[in-house]
Amino acid sequence: MEAIVLENISKRFGTVRANREISLVIHKGGIHAIVGENGAGKSTLTKIIYGMLSPDSGRMTLMGRPVRLSSPRQAIQAGIGMVHQHFMLIPDLTVAENIMLGDERSRIFAPLGIENTARNIAGVAEEHGMHIDPFARVGDLSVGEEQRVEILKLLYRNAEILILDEPTAVLTPTEVSQLFDALRSLRAAGKTVILITHKLDEVLRVSDTVSVMRRGRMVATRPTPEVTKSDLAQLMVGRNVLLRVRNPPETPGRTVLEVRGLTCRDARGGTRLSNLSFHIRAGEIYGIAGVEGNGQSELLSLLWGMRDEGMICSGSALLDGVSLLGKTPAEIGSLGVSHIPEDRLRHGVVPAYTISENMIFGRHREKMFHRFAGFDTNGVDDYTREMVRRYDIRCDTEADPPLSGLSGGNQQKVVLAREIGRPGLKLLMLAQPTRGVDIGAIETIHRKILETRDRGIAMLLVSAELDEIVALSSRIGCLYKGTIRHEFSTGEIREGRSREQEFQKEIGLHIT
Amino acid sequence: MLKKLLPLATPLLAVTAALLLSALFIFATGRDPVAIYGKMFAMTLGSDYGAGQIVFRATTLVLTGLAVAIPFKVRLFNIGGEGQALAGLLAAAAAGTALPEGTPPLLAITFCSAAAVFAGGSVGLFAGWLKVRHGVNEVISTIMLNFIVHAFVGYMLTWHMAVPSTVHTTEIIESAKLPMLDGLLGIWKKSPANMSVLFALAGSLLCYIVLFRTRTGYEVRAVGIRPEAARYAGIDARWHVLGAMAAGGALAGLAATNLVLGYKHYYEAGLSGGAGFLGIAVALLANAHPLWITASAFLFGFLEYGGLTVNAYVPKDIFMIVQAITILMILALPKLPLVKRLQGLLSPRSEP
Repeated sequence: MEAIVLENISKRFGTVRANREISLVIHKGGIHAIVGENGAGKSTLTKIIYGMLSPDSGRMTLMGRPVRLSSPRQAIQAGIGMVHQHFMLIPDLTVAENIMLGDERSRIFAPLGIENTARNIAGVAEEHGMHIDPFARVGDLSVGEEQRVEILKLLYRNAEILILDEPTAVLTPTEVSQLFDALRSLRAAGKTVILITHKLDEVLRVSDTVSVMRRGRMVATRPTPEVTKSDLAQLMVGRNVLLRVRNPPETPGRTVLEVRGLTCRDARGGTRLSNLSFHIRAGEIYGIAGVEGNGQSELLSLLWGMRDEGMICSGSALLDGVSLLGKTPAEIGSLGVSHIPEDRLRHGVVPAYTISENMIFGRHREKMFHRFAGFDTNGVDDYTREMVRRYDIRCDTEADPPLSGLSGGNQQKVVLAREIGRPGLKLLMLAQPTRGVDIGAIETIHRKILETRDRGIAMLLVSAELDEIVALSSRIGCLYKGTIRHEFSTGEIREGRSREQEFQKEIGLHIT
Repeated sequence: MLKKLLPLATPLLAVTAALLLSALFIFATGRDPVAIYGKMFAMTLGSDYGAGQIVFRATTLVLTGLAVAIPFKVRLFNIGGEGQALAGLLAAAAAGTALPEGTPPLLAITFCSAAAVFAGGSVGLFAGWLKVRHGVNEVISTIMLNFIVHAFVGYMLTWHMAVPSTVHTTEIIESAKLPMLDGLLGIWKKSPANMSVLFALAGSLLCYIVLFRTRTGYEVRAVGIRPEAARYAGIDARWHVLGAMAAGGALAGLAATNLVLGYKHYYEAGLSGGAGFLGIAVALLANAHPLWITASAFLFGFLEYGGLTVNAYVPKDIFMIVQAITILMILALPKLPLVKRLQGLLSPRSEP
């Protein structure tokens, strides 16, 4: 039986046709993956299904009945639920309270009956292999557990169709397995799951059917067993892409960054980094594997001179013998350090500034861009054009539009071009360089990272994508609870690349 | 083309809506709105003296508007324009009386303006320092500073500086007085419009150049748009907070050139007439853009003086209502669903 049938759904934003005549059949009791590059129209389509957007034209049929949903509330009533990429939970309430929230108003003066609900929730959770304490405070949960709360919230509202938007982005490999087990169990119970993702491995692992979107169109829908990873990649970008970038052997030089015994406590006395030590040599990439929240962001902000208020630290971080601790970001930058922050939209760029203005953002103190008290606009424009060409940034340099008009991948390329281009660069710190970036751009970015390494730059790579860490790193430090628990040598990594699945599992053991 | 004009749509719509609403009020007082508006136009834009009055009032408002707009660029809300202007007025009057008679005009005017700028700037800077050093919310500190400066100025006037049995100081020296435009160019006969309007226009132009053409402005705007990104880019926002507050205060203080050096030639109680507060409205209407502030100040100058000219027929309070409604409209209009949809249609966004 069909859970959802979409017929000729179209939606446009201004001149952008986000969805073009999309027809899709989603069968009941299956896991249906929708893949596509960023900007392919996946999120628009799910928002239409979930009632957050209404289509310009087209029809939607739900369980055999034509429907027109105009709000998420209606969608929920119709049995459709959605787990967003960013969870919408209240940290100060318990699991059970969060799940009931929004549903308790029908009996505003009646007792909440939270005990009963909590028992039900725990029961449903166990049934699908999702262990959770209904009385735990959500603020104390791990990301994986929070996601379970989101899913349970939908089940509590009797959702028959669950939409999950990039559900594995923030999970550890173990948590991903647990999530997939839960999804399979839900499928067995007759629920329908729609999975939005761009991780092809996961699509192949868990889905029954996979649909590929490209530039607003639905280009293919196939039973998952009939497709391979490269089939999907090819469908997504419309050409063959190397999923693996060629990584020639590195020739490391002198030690550039030496971090020794770094220990940090936050204002509340919690240990964020504990006796963390590693070194990076010129011309090598030091990858930090680990689940978010184990000290990555503390390490990066410390090395970039942005210690949080009340953070007490000891130990040393020397760049060619010069201490980085206690310096401001401007001073550290002038020593030849570049930093590509993980959340580039919030930290790396000013979206309202033009491309050329962003191309010098953070490097605007360099004399080469100056003219009197202002900027040498012609010089900056020439520099921008040169970078746009070299980094294959898709944009209109003549009009120099605000950066916000560019796709995520192109924005990341702007940041990359700017930071790699820093004169006298010695150390490049990269956090999640390809997060939210489409496959085509990932390839360019990886190639540029390796090129930069071969110029003799020392690199610190922090990424939640084990694939990426394994593919690029010269050495890998496994970060767990603020310390490097294990380090893989260059030889081990080279050998590990040939048996990727097992090697990733090995790494996984050291970070959990 | 349509897209370029979009930012203008909100203020224009707001002003029109406010004028229409006020027409209703005028109608409610039993008068014919068309006749009243007609009279108002004739006596302001239509007359030499009226136009001069508008220029005079707009001069102050450009400066107090900039005093709000510049800190606004680094996400600070300077409510202290009134206090900063008051400090400037008193300083200019004191400087103008302290100078020996016969000081060359250029020197005298520079000295008095500098005193006003310094006084206003210090008050602004103090609020900025409280923010940077102690994290005091600038809205609260500038409001409190308004009270403090007001009390201090009142004390200085009554106990030390007032001419006995009056509420004003002694007149400043002849050479510190700014020439009237009437005397200088023979325009806007007998009106209080004076040379300081050039200061105001230069101030607005200078603010524009600094904000949009210099490296300092590049950093300032970045701090305002994305404070966190600015921090990552190695920009120390604290200096920009101090600078913006000091500049805002200095601009408010500069209003003394119009009111003291150009018009009254002494300080008198109530001379500022709330121009510091009206500056908030001026800046909001112009969306804190230094050049548009000039236009916004002229509109408010027109409403203010226009209200006075028809005061015999309808209470001038109606035009204060127009001013208030305009501001409320500015704040509310972009939130209305209809306007949102219009903006959505005109400015194509990429996929959300």
